[in-house]
Amino acid sequence: MNEHAQNATVFLRDEARSAWHDNAVWWVRQKRDRAQHSVPEWEELRSLAQRIKAHALSRLADYLEEFERNARALGAHVHWARNADEHNRIVHGILRDHGVQRLVKSKSMLTEECHLNPYLIERGIEVVDTDLGERIVQLLREPPSHIVMPAIHLKKEDIGELFHVQLGTPKGVSDPKALTEAARHHLRSKFLAAQAGLTGVNFAIAETGGLVVCTNEGNADLGVALPPLHIACMGVEKIVPRQQDLGVFLRLLARSATGQSITTYSAHFHGPRPGGELHIVIVDHGRSKLLARSEFRRSLSCIRCGACLNTCPVYRRSGGHSYGVTVPGPIGSVLAPSIDAEKHAALPFASSLCGSCTDVCPVRIDLHHQLLAWRGEIAAQGLLPPDKSIGARVGRIVLSHTWLYRMVGSLARFALRVLPRGILYSRLNAWGLSRELPVPPAKSFRAQWRARGKP
Amino acid sequence: MEVALFIPCYIDQLYPQVAMATVEVLERRGCKVVFPEDQTCCGQPMANSGFQEEARPLAEKFLRVFEKYEHVVAPSGSCVSMVRNHYPALIGDRADSMRGRVYELCEFLHDVLKAPARGRFAQKVGFHRSCHGLRELRLGSGSERFVPSQDKVRALLVGIEGLELCETARPDECCGFGGTFAIDEAAISSRMGRDRIGEHEKNAVSLITGTDTSCLMHLEGLLRRDNKPIRVLHVAELIAQAEAA
Repeated sequence: MNEHAQNATVFLRDEARSAWHDNAVWWVRQKRDRAQHSVPEWEELRSLAQRIKAHALSRLADYLEEFERNARALGAHVHWARNADEHNRIVHGILRDHGVQRLVKSKSMLTEECHLNPYLIERGIEVVDTDLGERIVQLLREPPSHIVMPAIHLKKEDIGELFHVQLGTPKGVSDPKALTEAARHHLRSKFLAAQAGLTGVNFAIAETGGLVVCTNEGNADLGVALPPLHIACMGVEKIVPRQQDLGVFLRLLARSATGQSITTYSAHFHGPRPGGELHIVIVDHGRSKLLARSEFRRSLSCIRCGACLNTCPVYRRSGGHSYGVTVPGPIGSVLAPSIDAEKHAALPFASSLCGSCTDVCPVRIDLHHQLLAWRGEIAAQGLLPPDKSIGARVGRIVLSHTWLYRMVGSLARFALRVLPRGILYSRLNAWGLSRELPVPPAKSFRAQWRARGKP
Repeated sequence: MEVALFIPCYIDQLYPQVAMATVEVLERRGCKVVFPEDQTCCGQPMANSGFQEEARPLAEKFLRVFEKYEHVVAPSGSCVSMVRNHYPALIGDRADSMRGRVYELCEFLHDVLKAPARGRFAQKVGFHRSCHGLRELRLGSGSERFVPSQDKVRALLVGIEGLELCETARPDECCGFGGTFAIDEAAISSRMGRDRIGEHEKNAVSLITGTDTSCLMHLEGLLRRDNKPIRVLHVAELIAQAEAA
């Protein structure tokens, strides 16, 4: 059994809890459906978003340079990082040069992907995630299990227990309002003490050099409004060409992510605030490899709304941690193999290819077709267990010869009828672990067709 | 009208009654049904496992067997989608001539013959929308998209007297079959199927119907293991039984 399947099996062992997780995430999918139905031009917006992203990616280098020029003209510093390691060194260098000991961060999947937090903590910097869900998983020393709702795998009782131990709330308190209030007080002291604020970037506008950061808690805004130093980390794919493109993406993002008509805070940063410094770190980390591959290029259009996770019947029943990567679910299973195909070879197979992800995607990424394309790539690279390739070869040989197919079919039906249950349902039969095998008919259709007396 | 039957391999070997019902439904509508006996499998099991090279000869075989027919009909949305949507990746432009001529059964009855089902089938039946029929052939509008609501299968069945076709709270969630997914991710697959069955049980249905025997085989395997009284019936069998009544 591959690693995802093993993790999923463990997750499903607690039936009540995994059912709760499935329902909690499905509830967000339903909110998304309702929000979508308030926008008659929804499908047109999706097409527009797809085309804007496709255009931006088709001349990404030009737009990145335009963005850099305009951001510099606004007074920002722009840094380029080829990979996670360079990104972490650059961020640490900026903090070190400014004598920063205490950093507050808003949610950034890129910095999760680069494992920035442990890098900085090892170098003596206090790093505090200020998004409530991120703070919860940080206190638990766990990675986020969802890109929009990092702590969706936890129940309020789990968080009550965590806060009792870590923040000193009374034991047994699990009222969300009380817990949020406790987190608010705890975070307030961190905000006030911070010497720098780090944010992710939702959209970087080439024509202005400005950035947009979307949060529901205002934690990005507060985190960069108090200290004088703002570091914004972005993947190269975050570029949109024009300011007016935001009108398409901001409408799609919040509705797809949480079913809100707009995120509570959509903060626009055009250069540093007076007296402050803004450093923008632009990261490749495998993205240009994807850009070079026509079959996978569209995955770079992702705006990290998480809708494909929420709709995915596999994600909902296996939990985000089962994927073992920062971005789980369908989009994560497309992105991860581009970084390390061998390590993440199982992920494109963690899908029934139902295609729901493709239909919810606000930028029309053909996710289930990309998962299928990755399966081909992974098989071609010889990264599948040998029994799979032997099985496929035998299948091809049998099915290429009609006489052989007929013979094997008859034998298989015979075996299904006569073999004792102990052999048919041995541990090797993964189908039979929790399902009955079909009851074999005496005659195939083709035999019955012939008996019907037709040519 | 001459119709060439494309009977998926597992239906041929394990569910011949579904293929027979397909023949009955087509013949009742005046079609001259032929069954090209050299056919085997569309190659989807290999292609979906990543083995395009092993699937390609089967796509080529499919073309050889079926290229001379104007209308090719299969009682399976998934296998039809394989030919229509995934053959181009295997055999390029040569797939083009076949793409417009291969139909899922309900699609063929609804779009080409325009011959809805008649007769009587007085039971409460759960409707399972198989994913590839729904999202790759667009047999219905689907819950994800904001497009005018349509449902070819329901439209086809609506005239059957006494039939109560029941929707589940999640109208088009996957049952978890997914081909080799059912083996590779057996725990998730089974759980998905049991969740679907649980939704149908809330409607107190006696049967679950759908366009794809593969999904029904998976659900049937779970129903039988759990000793549940619900049975599965392919939509071709349902129509054939209704029209024979």
